[in-house]
Amino acid sequence: MSAPTYDLGKLHGGLRLEDHKSESTAHAIQRAPVPKHLVLPIAQHVGDAAQPIVGIGERVLKGQLIAEPDGTLGAPVHASSSGKVVAIEPWPVVRRYGAKAPCIVIECDGEDRAIERADTPPPYDTLPPDVLLTMILQGGIVGLGGAVFPTAQKLMQAVTCELTFLILNGVECEPYISCDDVLMREHAHRVLGGAQILMHALSLDIGYVVVESDKPEAIRRLADVLGELGDDRLVLKQVPTIYPSGGEDQLVQLVTNLEVPSGGLPTDVGCLVQNVGTAAAIHDWIIEHEPLVSRITTVTGDGIAQPMNVDVRLGTTVADIVNFAGGYTERAQQLIIGGPMTGKSVTTDEVPIVKATNCILVLSEPPVIGDERPCIRCGECAEVCPIQLLPQQLFWYACADAEGKLRRHGLTDCIECGCCDLVCPSHIPLTADFRKAKGRIRELADEKARAERARRRFEARNQRLDEERQQRDRDLAQQKETAKRAGPAAIAEILRRKQQKSDED
Amino acid sequence: MEFVRREAPYLAPKADVATMMLHVLFALAPAVLAHVWYFGPGILFNLIIAAVFCIAGEALMLGARGRGRHIQTTLADYSALVTAALLALALPSLTPWWVTATGSLFAVVVAKHLYGGLGFNVFNPAMAGYVVILVTYPLDMNLWVAPRMGDIDYESLTIIQTFMYTLTGSYPDGLTFDAISRATPLDAVQSGLREMRTFAELRVNPMMGDFGGRGWEWIGNFTAIGGFWLLIKRVIRWQIPTGVFAGLLIPAGLMYLIDPGTHATPGFHLFSGATILCAFFIATDPVSAATSPKGRFVYAIGIGFLIYAIRRWGSYADGVAFAVLLMNMAAPAIDYVTRPHIVGHPRRGEKQ
Repeated sequence: MSAPTYDLGKLHGGLRLEDHKSESTAHAIQRAPVPKHLVLPIAQHVGDAAQPIVGIGERVLKGQLIAEPDGTLGAPVHASSSGKVVAIEPWPVVRRYGAKAPCIVIECDGEDRAIERADTPPPYDTLPPDVLLTMILQGGIVGLGGAVFPTAQKLMQAVTCELTFLILNGVECEPYISCDDVLMREHAHRVLGGAQILMHALSLDIGYVVVESDKPEAIRRLADVLGELGDDRLVLKQVPTIYPSGGEDQLVQLVTNLEVPSGGLPTDVGCLVQNVGTAAAIHDWIIEHEPLVSRITTVTGDGIAQPMNVDVRLGTTVADIVNFAGGYTERAQQLIIGGPMTGKSVTTDEVPIVKATNCILVLSEPPVIGDERPCIRCGECAEVCPIQLLPQQLFWYACADAEGKLRRHGLTDCIECGCCDLVCPSHIPLTADFRKAKGRIRELADEKARAERARRRFEARNQRLDEERQQRDRDLAQQKETAKRAGPAAIAEILRRKQQKSDED
Repeated sequence: MEFVRREAPYLAPKADVATMMLHVLFALAPAVLAHVWYFGPGILFNLIIAAVFCIAGEALMLGARGRGRHIQTTLADYSALVTAALLALALPSLTPWWVTATGSLFAVVVAKHLYGGLGFNVFNPAMAGYVVILVTYPLDMNLWVAPRMGDIDYESLTIIQTFMYTLTGSYPDGLTFDAISRATPLDAVQSGLREMRTFAELRVNPMMGDFGGRGWEWIGNFTAIGGFWLLIKRVIRWQIPTGVFAGLLIPAGLMYLIDPGTHATPGFHLFSGATILCAFFIATDPVSAATSPKGRFVYAIGIGFLIYAIRRWGSYADGVAFAVLLMNMAAPAIDYVTRPHIVGHPRRGEKQ
């Protein structure tokens, strides 16, 4: 067993929140049964939606490719059980707050037959990195921490940078969510196996496996497996339980004491961050040849009868999973996909579980919060902001719609972690206001870009017309000139012909 | 099943303005009790009068500003009561009611609501109200009674006499201003030093107590108890109290070291007048203070230094109110120059 280390960088602010994790970690991971229908959105990742390659009525097998990536940024989608494609139609999804997006609907036959892979690829450590990256792309793997950025593209970008560290993110700092915790407890070897593949693909020598201090069981298991592996490139790091230390940039800062530049990526400071779930998915695909067709999702909250962690096939609807977890309690009123700080609230439980769904949180009645009151500039928001912004000033500028000031005070650096909301004595929904202000800034930028384009088009047109006119003038002048020069000769000719005619007469 | 749609985060905020203000009110209780003990029950009358006028002023202005339906929630944030309490603590225990009323109304109506109400006032309302009555009723503001001591020949006023004075502003039968009033230690030291007497000489007077004057120093101690409680409760942060003390005590200490004869000790400056009240309760008004942590420290140092400057070179015995108002004006500029480093942005002097 190798002991975790604690040497850490500094992270400003943050909050200690009631964790509410023990409800869902009381039992081992449960396997959800094959549902009647699977609803698989073709856009489960950042980037361009995948293109369906199956037709309605076609029979598919578990693990079969049903939509392939289209465009530069994307990931494929695989069928998560065997059955028949019955529809490709709009369906409510989480990413648009319950609005509809195109999905492939599969009627399952319940046999759950997996597709057979024709070939068995050689062991990963004999493969060159580029082949390995292409393989990862085919596995449909995306960042499972919630950002769902296609992993292959993230790695392809990373190999072009000078990297020092792989950081495996097992922090899971949001309350209620425990899917990474139970994954590390029960499948530490898959997580660390994935880490080894990543280290090989990127030829890295230092890998930090970072876990928050409130997960002693996971730390113990990881340490045990690390001891078995005897891989001294991997180091276990324990970080204090403070929200939001699990944010990618925050984790880099916490682990390496380096700040990810504004608007930049962790690779700018030599770090590649991967969620532990993503690492396990990479392991499953490269070693076991199973593409990303299921994930562990926490089903919890006081609106759920039996909170638990479920290993669930992607495409299963929230309603099916909640049924599996004993159904709703009488108090259930809010359905949140994700955690209580950054999750998305949806109105219907018809939405399917997708690659991003780390948590289904069903809460009772929203707390009675007093009206929004004027800001008294107490500065508590600035004390907890992990980016060291001054939310009280940003709020002021957002109310005044002062775009320049908002930019200078770093609005676009806001990670929307929600800490400032929780400490605000005036109950101002700061995060929501900042989200809106960011939208306005984007709109303004778009408008500016549009205006700029229009201006350039207009100027180009003027220039073109100008040139055409000049050309016409030049042509005319030339014609005149020619005519002038040709003039005497022509007159002579006419006179000559006239003469000739009269002579003939 | 249909669910409620909300925006993240979904957890309830932990704090609210009313609780913060209530904490401040509770934290002022020890100071008020000490004040009653040393200077008689006058402060209680002042408190009641200030509270009545502050609340009336607030209700009136909310009505006038067309925010009538917010009257209940706004009054329930207790901010008007905090203004009233701070003003009452700044007044001499014998103050006619109209003086208190003028200060209260100016504080709430002009300094607070004409600027847009809670959160928008540029100046600390209590200090603005105090300064207005300080310049309009200078004599009344100078009528400090002697602190209860037992070893000096001085008749304290009874409750009835105090109440009648508050109501009518006329001295009890057979007493004059000179018979009742005593110079405060700050007054005595300021004028004494200007009369070329040494600080050591002035200290011998039993009125001077151990550090900051009999009564005053103990009111200071009790105020500090409330102040520390606010720090523990995180209603205020360390930057402002520390800054005020540093800004006042460092120049006071240096001057005393250079010439102990003509300068009061830092201890005197700390425990006399409203230093401690200012550090924990007045300068810490978040609305009119600078807002970033570093900015608050700078702001508070400015207040501390101005208090010293006014006490040492000014014509007023104490300078808390003026110091606070002056620094209120500087707060936006301080905020601008003390913006914290945003994570991921180039640090000062660093090229991107």
